[in-house]
Amino acid sequence: MAIRRGRGVAAINYPTGMNLGGDPTQALVHSTPTGNFMVTLSSVDLGQGMKQIMAQICAETIGVPTDRVVVDTADTDTGPHCMGTFASRGTHRAGNAVIQAAREARQVMLEVAAEELEVNASDLETDGQGHILVKGAPQKSISIFDVALAAHFKRGRSISGRGMFLIPRSYPEKETGAMKPSTCYAHACTVAEVEVDDETGEVTVLTVKNVFEIGRALNPKMVEQQLVGGSWMGISHALYETTEPYYPNRDHGGTDFNQYLMPGPGDLAQTEIIVLERPSADGPFGAKGPGEMCANPQIPAIANAVFDAVGVRIDTLPITPERILRALKAQASN
Amino acid sequence: MAKTPVQFTLNGAEKAEFIDSGATLLNALRDKIGDTSPKGGCHQGTCGACSVIIDGELRLSCLTLAETCNGAAITTTSGLSQGGVLHPLQRAFLDAFASQCGFCTPGMIMAAKVLLDRTPNPTRDEVVEALSGNICRCTGYEPIIQAVLTAARSNSQNAA
Repeated sequence: MAIRRGRGVAAINYPTGMNLGGDPTQALVHSTPTGNFMVTLSSVDLGQGMKQIMAQICAETIGVPTDRVVVDTADTDTGPHCMGTFASRGTHRAGNAVIQAAREARQVMLEVAAEELEVNASDLETDGQGHILVKGAPQKSISIFDVALAAHFKRGRSISGRGMFLIPRSYPEKETGAMKPSTCYAHACTVAEVEVDDETGEVTVLTVKNVFEIGRALNPKMVEQQLVGGSWMGISHALYETTEPYYPNRDHGGTDFNQYLMPGPGDLAQTEIIVLERPSADGPFGAKGPGEMCANPQIPAIANAVFDAVGVRIDTLPITPERILRALKAQASN
Repeated sequence: MAKTPVQFTLNGAEKAEFIDSGATLLNALRDKIGDTSPKGGCHQGTCGACSVIIDGELRLSCLTLAETCNGAAITTTSGLSQGGVLHPLQRAFLDAFASQCGFCTPGMIMAAKVLLDRTPNPTRDEVVEALSGNICRCTGYEPIIQAVLTAARSNSQNAA
């Protein structure tokens, strides 16, 4: 009886979004009379930072500072349609819709500015700080504040835009069954080191080293916090969490936090995160979906590390002490 | 239902309320007084989201009867900032990205405050121990642990 060490590796591809009956998200953008911009969405911020990312995307597209953008996700009954915040789809789908809406709003904004400055709209550019300038003659300029006032009270224009992003449904080819379930994949690889007590079956995760390829990280600090949290959640799924420990039998499922186990702050593995950015072809500014996939590669990596440590393959999650001891017993009797 | 008069100080202000007999402090704070910073996560004392400080002790407001708090001094997270200036723990949580959905954050900050009030320069193990009654789903805990250690360092620099 001993504490045995093992190391496991796993790599995953993870699709961004889903492909049931098509995967659409819509967005609306409009300016207030004082030249702030409102993004209206039904995509929900769960704490992952969707509002911040959509504000950045809108601001970058229109050419204003991010703090000039307000994102409203208040009401899924009245807002533009979104399939929802799941399947790592929020940044990719809603972001593309916001770009399209913001482009249309920007075009109206430039048209109004052109009328005010008596130039062609195509000769105008934004400085990203809230001003519209004549290309090559930046002394001739107008603030976006004044453009919005003019649009509302003088020109009778609505500085607004409509955005729509749809991944159409993909049907399998009759001959081969081949289909295109997603247009965009994130990737990850994890190496996990564990100790397994072959007397008690208890697993301790020592280190988890993750590399995530997530397209362009639109907000690197927020990407990092999501990946660190996701890596912990992956460990939790691998070793602890289940609502049906004897699935498909429903008995003995945890009904509260006394019974539903998760690792606490005292059970953390030493965690490393490396981000690789390979911009996606159809993502907003090259982004992919890092959300859900970041909690996946730890699971097979830990299963492989357990195999490396004690020589048993556990193919049912979570990898509990009971399952390890039963497998060790079966192995010994063979 | 019978009502019971209860008086205590909340974040330094006198409060006097008639509350339902048997109501928890969590319900009294949120529904009667309107301080929604303590969160009702599990209502059975297992998640820590409802943590408040009663007479210097960390307490679960979901397991504390409001009527037992007569004369007590209660602190919640909403009482930490002074004149719009965030408490060092709040500042550190922001800077360390120690919050995502935010539901556990007030309880975490209460647990951390009691620790730092008693142990101004805690070790990592002491921080882990202090936070071990609080559940977080989003962060993986590490950013929270780092935030508490950072707040402790900034406190000791200010005191020096």
